[in-house]
Amino acid sequence: MAKFSIKHQPGFTAIATTCFVVLYMPIVVLVVYAFNAATSTSEWGGFSLKWFQSAWQNTQVIDATLLSFQIGSVAAVLATIAATMAALATTRTAPYRGLTFKYAAINQPLMVPEIVTGVALLIFFSRVKIFTGYSGLGYLIAAHTAFCIPFAYLPIRARLENMDLTLERAAADLYATPWQTFRRVTLPLLWPGILAGLMLAFVISLDDVVITEFVKSGGQDTLPTYMLGQIRRGITPEINAISTAFLLLSVAIVTLFFFVSRKQD
Amino acid sequence: MVTIKTGTHLPTRAGSLNGVIVPEQPGKNAIEVRGVRKVFGTGENQVAALDTVSVSIRENEFFTLLGPSGCGKTTLLRLIAGFDFPTAGEILLHGQDIAPLPPFKRPVNTVFQSYALFPHMTVAQNIGFGLEMLGKPKAEIEARVAQMLKLVKMEALKARRTSQISGGQQQRVALARALAPQPKVLLLDEPLSALDYKLRKEMQIELKRLQHETGITFIFVTHDQEEALTMSDRIAVMSAGKILQVGTPRDIYDKPAERFVADFIGETNFLTAAVADMGNGKARATLKSGAVIEATVADGFQPKDSATVVVRPEHAKLVKGKGDLSGSVTNVVYFGTDTHIHVQLDSGEAFTVRQQNTRTAGCGFEVGDAVGISIGNDAAQVLRD
Amino acid sequence: MATAEQVAKEAEQSDVRARWLLSAPALLIILVAATGPLLIVLVYSFLTPGPYGDVKWQFSPEAWVSVFMERDIFDDTLSLAAAHITIFWRSIKLAVVTTIATLALGFPTAYFMATRSEKTRDIWLFLITIPFWTNLLIRTFAVLQIIRNEGIINTLLIKAGIVSAPVQILFTDTAILVGMAYVYLPLMVLPIYASMEKLDFRLVEAGYDLYANRFQVLRRIIFPLVKPGVIAGSILVFIPAIGAYVTPVVLGGGKNMMLSNLIELQFGQGRNWPLGSALSIAVMIIVMVALLAYVRNAGRTEVRHG
Repeated sequence: MAKFSIKHQPGFTAIATTCFVVLYMPIVVLVVYAFNAATSTSEWGGFSLKWFQSAWQNTQVIDATLLSFQIGSVAAVLATIAATMAALATTRTAPYRGLTFKYAAINQPLMVPEIVTGVALLIFFSRVKIFTGYSGLGYLIAAHTAFCIPFAYLPIRARLENMDLTLERAAADLYATPWQTFRRVTLPLLWPGILAGLMLAFVISLDDVVITEFVKSGGQDTLPTYMLGQIRRGITPEINAISTAFLLLSVAIVTLFFFVSRKQD
Repeated sequence: MVTIKTGTHLPTRAGSLNGVIVPEQPGKNAIEVRGVRKVFGTGENQVAALDTVSVSIRENEFFTLLGPSGCGKTTLLRLIAGFDFPTAGEILLHGQDIAPLPPFKRPVNTVFQSYALFPHMTVAQNIGFGLEMLGKPKAEIEARVAQMLKLVKMEALKARRTSQISGGQQQRVALARALAPQPKVLLLDEPLSALDYKLRKEMQIELKRLQHETGITFIFVTHDQEEALTMSDRIAVMSAGKILQVGTPRDIYDKPAERFVADFIGETNFLTAAVADMGNGKARATLKSGAVIEATVADGFQPKDSATVVVRPEHAKLVKGKGDLSGSVTNVVYFGTDTHIHVQLDSGEAFTVRQQNTRTAGCGFEVGDAVGISIGNDAAQVLRD
Repeated sequence: MATAEQVAKEAEQSDVRARWLLSAPALLIILVAATGPLLIVLVYSFLTPGPYGDVKWQFSPEAWVSVFMERDIFDDTLSLAAAHITIFWRSIKLAVVTTIATLALGFPTAYFMATRSEKTRDIWLFLITIPFWTNLLIRTFAVLQIIRNEGIINTLLIKAGIVSAPVQILFTDTAILVGMAYVYLPLMVLPIYASMEKLDFRLVEAGYDLYANRFQVLRRIIFPLVKPGVIAGSILVFIPAIGAYVTPVVLGGGKNMMLSNLIELQFGQGRNWPLGSALSIAVMIIVMVALLAYVRNAGRTEVRHG
């Protein structure tokens, strides 16, 4: 008897399976070759940790990693604070003048290709550098904070919109001041959203190549811009080792993010 | 009034239209369900949603599947529609096995509990969808949609999105959409449950009218016994994946076969009795009080020492003196149209009598009164379980 | 004495004021470090290039002319700049094809994920989320290792005897296309999945009940209902694809430039900041045209009989 399934569509399962295999295959190959003893990246010369060791001893790699973390953590925290405030200002309200403008403005960095933002910041910051003489990390942090805001805003806003307003009314009814209500009811409930936003922002900052490439001054290589420079010069298994370590970090953060944002109910 | 005859659009001759099977030789039964089992899950989680069900549904009948949630009535409906497939058994449409056919090849349409109106289409587009999929000419679709809009009195709102109309209106559109392709059988899955009381009453009458006018077989699923009694030609009472009894509303109400049926539909008094002198569907039942009453006997009753006899509250009469039963009044509840008088019988059983109210006099009984209950001939039914 | 109405109005006004104050930091940061500088780019595109990069504060339309034209060194006549046009065409073509390819692959994938049981759905979502948040450069690098001449694909092809010499994929448009489709696929899948997860499959049942076959159900019911996700996914893929920088650098090898590489060149060796600015604005215009087309398409309602 021919069984008819409502949800079946011919070929879809095959395409989906192929997609998942294709998505993971290159990553698996990359990780495997990080443990290759041979110098060539095309032959297998036995298992070895030497490329991890060589990356660990490469001061450029360490410096770039530290700089990435430094920029990422500062930008993520700043972006999350700004995004939390903005989310509180743009949710759970009747439409008011300027609300649509705020949505558009906050999401604007998503609508502009990175290359354009990169060019714009290069021009703007080069003027500011001449004017102030300051050429520190501030520029990179400002740029990263700006493009991290829409990402941090996303889960916080979603969390706020799903939140039960009556809880806050109940707190107010029980004599809590607006600040106490925020501190004791809103914030604890919002916390998973904020955490998710923070992690997203951190990953997004860590991921960036293009804007950093245009904004950085000499000696301000982050890990991705350092890696891009290396790949342009020719590939060595050391890049695989660095990538593998980076990948591990991403997976750890994503896993954490996944559980934080899925645990919403 | 718009009158629609079956078969004016779907050809009655044998053959297929756009791959939709048109049955040969319309028989007496529109749908025949033969020994259908449906098992969900595997291994230890196996649940039999339908446990070997057989039932015949006649042509032009308003047939109701009645039962509590989880009894398998919706599962049976989905099997007829083709959304699920039976684990075992056959489903015949006018004598032809349709069990292996996908839903889009069955001349059967459904009115969904949630209505399932397409939110991206207008009212008119929803109604015309089935005809469009059947590849009907445009002019015919338009004429038919206009006809259906008139039938459900929705002409004024035809260009609206389905999200812009009220629940009752959505209900009408869902009906019109399912009726538009002139199915052999219309399946209705608790279509009135989302409506408020007054609208539901209106739609009950409306549905009856539509069924009468279109002459299409309606299979109606509900858990509301009152709805089932008022609308159906015949009712199948279901419980735990089985059909317990099939009959007219009167049969089901007055002559319940099993305790579940008697209990699920209306209010009932259960009495223990010894049954003797069976014959011709009747018997003499000796109650615990010693009184002997005449009772009808359910089909399939097997003689035994102690049987259960049911008496509807309005079929018994409360008397001041001695009746078939005796006891004392424990509670008097006023309901507007009638009054329920709860009596504790001397045998220890509880009994309720329903008494029609009049405008001036009270019911004449008070808590604590010693009373008798007389049960007339033909008021009692002996259950088979 | 303030009436109740006045009190309510004042409360509302102070609420809106507080909301502006709360959103001020985010808006300010974005204005200073994202949106505002775009206006400076527009200004720069109308200035004269400085001798060592940067600009001279002197109005000139020359940058905009050179977006598509070339000026002859000797007689100053204008002709179409074939190189620029090729790059524009390649960028638009690759971005469009990437969007279509990721849609063709991502739609069935999202559908597959959304039709799994609730327990396993989370696992599939997790599997698509990992590449989504994995560094784009690393994933591009992973593709590089697969498709290069000594990579796994060519090694297998040669070992199987299908080809005798490696197939040159790297440093071609195909390489860029494969790379972009690979890195942007999760961007397409996730929004479609979000729409698909909310899809009421009773509507699909209703479609089948009303004689629609599988393809008709897909085209007339499922697709229109998940269209917001499809549009969001297409925008999310098209915008980074048209401005792609990393993929053409890593997989195109400098020869097969896209717009972003051409722009970068103007700020490096080219020393023509106004032209780089004009090209950047041109990219923005393409993005805006695409966005408008999508938005209009999204707003259009299909009206058939009745």
